Amino acid sequence: MTVDLILFLILAAVAIATALGMLLSRNAVYSALFLVLNFATVAVFYLLLGAPFIALTQVTVYAGAIMVLFLFVIMLLGTEELPKGEGLNWQKPMAVILAVVLMVEATFLIFVQEPVADLISNSPSADFGGPRAIGELLFSRYLLPFEVTSILLLVAMVGAIVLTLNKKEGGQK
Amino acid sequence: MDSALFWEIFFKALVLILVLLTGFAYLTYYERRALARIQSRVGPNRAGPLGLLQPVADAVKLIFKEELIPAKAFKTVFILAPILTVVPAILITATVPWGGTVTIGGREILLTIADVNVGVLYIMSVASIAVYGVVLAGWSSNNKYAMMGGLRSTAQMISYELALGLSFVAVILLADSMNMTKIVEAQRGLPFFLLQPVGLIVFFFATLAELNRGPFDMPEAEQELSAGYNVEYSGMKFALFMMAEYTKMISISAITATLFFGGYLGPGVDAYPWLGPLYMFGKIFLILFMMIWVRASWPRIRYDRLMALGWKIMLPLSLALVFITAVGILFEMMWLIPVLSLVAGAVAVQSINLSLRRKANAR
Repeated sequence: MTVDLILFLILAAVAIATALGMLLSRNAVYSALFLVLNFATVAVFYLLLGAPFIALTQVTVYAGAIMVLFLFVIMLLGTEELPKGEGLNWQKPMAVILAVVLMVEATFLIFVQEPVADLISNSPSADFGGPRAIGELLFSRYLLPFEVTSILLLVAMVGAIVLTLNKKEGGQK
Repeated sequence: MDSALFWEIFFKALVLILVLLTGFAYLTYYERRALARIQSRVGPNRAGPLGLLQPVADAVKLIFKEELIPAKAFKTVFILAPILTVVPAILITATVPWGGTVTIGGREILLTIADVNVGVLYIMSVASIAVYGVVLAGWSSNNKYAMMGGLRSTAQMISYELALGLSFVAVILLADSMNMTKIVEAQRGLPFFLLQPVGLIVFFFATLAELNRGPFDMPEAEQELSAGYNVEYSGMKFALFMMAEYTKMISISAITATLFFGGYLGPGVDAYPWLGPLYMFGKIFLILFMMIWVRASWPRIRYDRLMALGWKIMLPLSLALVFITAVGILFEMMWLIPVLSLVAGAVAVQSINLSLRRKANAR
């Protein structure tokens, strides 16, 4: 238990540091790299919680696919360096208010609504989060959300292709 | 975790890294000799008997070369990129079983570093991380050629990752497990390359593209991009990129052997477990020769054709293979799988043919 706790504290520090780095870095590529590190730490959290399948999916999908595409876009557009002092003036107060709301909500849920001890004793069974369990859940209980998501992604993909095709009109047939 | 287990894993990992790094050095020698033989040359034969010390000479040369860092490069990322390429190449073999259980000094030791139940997924995720080294090397050099080369290689790796992942799925379906050891044990009766021959071919070409090797070796297309993502690198950093490529060749051959050729299985392996690593070595050696042979025989594919092949042929074909495998397992008619997948493969080959003919007529 103590080893887990020490690991958790170190990882939490890394996660917060990388999240801050992502927000504060003025170079978009560095921001993206910090975000990759953050995803990797979150993946290790999942490992600590005994869900290797979700951990590795996190690395494959977020760090391996999505962030590479982000980097692609940043590099292709050539917008690595952000200009200083940009941003809308209502953003900062709004962010503070929303953060406070989130914190209050989380505190309420954890300490008032549901005692922490309860959450810990409800720890999942051994094969929770295994490939077989997740597959069965996705194709039985969560079949509709799963299919809706896939259709949504398909629509987005078709839309992206249509957008790029319009520019080429009059060129190649 | 008791300390004995810790030291066991530590030594297994140490031995594996040493074997991989030595293997990398001698793979360059093997490749140069084999290429030379195919092209009726002699190849390196001066350093040591039969040229066996050539890798040592290469290493010494590369260590003493000057390391240049371009003035306008992003220095941190520029130094980080080669490391990011090498580390996944070594990490990826952690879940590959090199043999069954052996006994050393009364302690039973499984010849796998991590026998986890998501071994295949681990390989996928480490392979997807390997893209970062390439894309960051291209960007941080702050050079148009390096940038274009990096983007090309990355686009290629991402595109072929899909076909690669789907051919993993076919194997997972056949073995009914993501655990590498269980995949090997499932091939006791029939290795998967007989059950899913087209899957093996798709997997093999997808890995060649992942490795950036011929006929998909865009980073070596000197006439187009002067080199590719590694154009600004010299000395040991350049050597690290080469090291990543060749180490990955060995790792991927080991994975191919595990997924399709029954891994460490072979006659007499149950009685003498130490034969396992030997069989593994033999299979890796043959698959490596296939890679070298392909490089020597086929010209490089043009970039747009390469992307078209990945998206229009390999991806639908591997999807069809997953479907065929699932149908075969569902109806418990295993003979259907090789027959139908050969038909699907023939359709794919025919459509490549047709697209080539259409292009020839259009001119």
